[in-house]
Amino acid sequence: MSDEKFRVLTSDSYAGPGDAGRTGSWRVLRPVIDYEKCAPAKAGKPACFLCWLYCPDSVVSKTIRPEINLEYCKGCGICAEECPSKAITMVEESSFAEGDDQ
Amino acid sequence: MFVFESGNVAAATGVKLARVQVIAAYPITPQTPLTEKLSEYVDSGVFDAEYVAVESEHSALAVCIGALSAGARAFTATSANGLLYMVEQVHWTAGARLPMVMCVVNRAVGAPFNIWNDHQDSISQRDAGWIQIYAKDHQEILDSVIKAYRLAEEVCIPVMVCYDGYYLSHTYMPFDIPDQSAVDAFLPPYTYRHTLGPANPTSLNTVTLPGGRPDIHGDFAPGYMELRQCLHEEMKQAIEVYQRIDGEFAALIGRGGNPIAERYRCDDAEYVAVALGSMANQIRDVVDRLREEGMKAGLLALSLYRPFPSEFVAAELGGRKGVIVFEKAISFGHSGALYADLQAALYPCASRPLMWNYILGLGGRSYQSDDFYDAIRQSVERRPASGDNLGWIGLNR
Repeated sequence: MSDEKFRVLTSDSYAGPGDAGRTGSWRVLRPVIDYEKCAPAKAGKPACFLCWLYCPDSVVSKTIRPEINLEYCKGCGICAEECPSKAITMVEESSFAEGDDQ
Repeated sequence: MFVFESGNVAAATGVKLARVQVIAAYPITPQTPLTEKLSEYVDSGVFDAEYVAVESEHSALAVCIGALSAGARAFTATSANGLLYMVEQVHWTAGARLPMVMCVVNRAVGAPFNIWNDHQDSISQRDAGWIQIYAKDHQEILDSVIKAYRLAEEVCIPVMVCYDGYYLSHTYMPFDIPDQSAVDAFLPPYTYRHTLGPANPTSLNTVTLPGGRPDIHGDFAPGYMELRQCLHEEMKQAIEVYQRIDGEFAALIGRGGNPIAERYRCDDAEYVAVALGSMANQIRDVVDRLREEGMKAGLLALSLYRPFPSEFVAAELGGRKGVIVFEKAISFGHSGALYADLQAALYPCASRPLMWNYILGLGGRSYQSDDFYDAIRQSVERRPASGDNLGWIGLNR
């Protein structure tokens, strides 16, 4: 019954990285993955992926060598907490050079 | 079918005819008989709806927000401090563009504790982003509830149907109940364009940043300010939509024609009284009396308060000699809210009428037809030169 001339703007967001804006700038601690310890990276085959599963912002890729999209990662640290291999360390953002987002 | 019943039953009848699917309400005087009647309808099986008994008004509207988001037509009703307890959800409903319909059975706001009638409760929510319709008799209550669903669902803006506590809620008056088939033809089943469901997982109204942003598809997703501007623009367009809907209602059910305001003996009137709600019924008689005495008096009984029909009001009242505004609410430290709105609407007119503002009936303070008569007479005969022309009717009695 909706009339096309009504735009009815609402704030809906969909599951996916970045649907709340570029939230990477909120980050105080940066997750850094040690691929020597990370299970799928070490085994070279799909395994574990708990970081991907738990990330509330869906910014961890389900790939061999999981990657974190720092444009949107808020630095909550859940991935580091959940990683059974203790492969993820939360590092102070201030220790990275400005503009270094990888 | 004509029945002789209370205003609260008229509202409940409208809700039933609108085939509401979810009702969540918390009883508060003078709304209580409305929710009791709905609960009775549901319990006896004559009304197929889910009745959710909640522990507060805040929860009542929260339940309705959930129901509407999931695609069910919903209803609640409240009064006074119940409405104020609900306020966070009241604003939320508008921002979420949910087509809610709620009856506000007007009652004075505490402190001090007072259960009697005035308009301070709904007027305090004037800027919440809801459409506000004020009914002045039982037939208008019933018809407005049904029309409100059509309007809310077409423009995706919630609607408050306001009517005076006791004066209308508890008095008995004959009114016509339209056939269900006619109402069904007027009001199709509810579908909502943003319906939440497992097939379309969505987060609704999460943190929305000051700026716009690209969404996950790369499209521009509006920021907070775009949503506000859109609500404002589409609320203004709702005036036209409501007029069209009222016309369709009249064609199917045979009543209507005054969706914005009832004009009573306005055509050649020099002095026009303006009021919301049931006060208008008394002012009609007063207008007749003044006419018999030779004053060209008229009444503009405003039904649609938000969106404010500024153009209609300017066309109707610009060029008159005087406008007398009667209100059962006040914007403390300024004037009656309606008075201020009318002044703003009339400012661009080439010929502005003199204007007077009267506050009356707060907390159920009694008023008689003579009070309206005296106020209009005194205003017209003693034109104040100063800007402070706010009068109080019925103080110290």
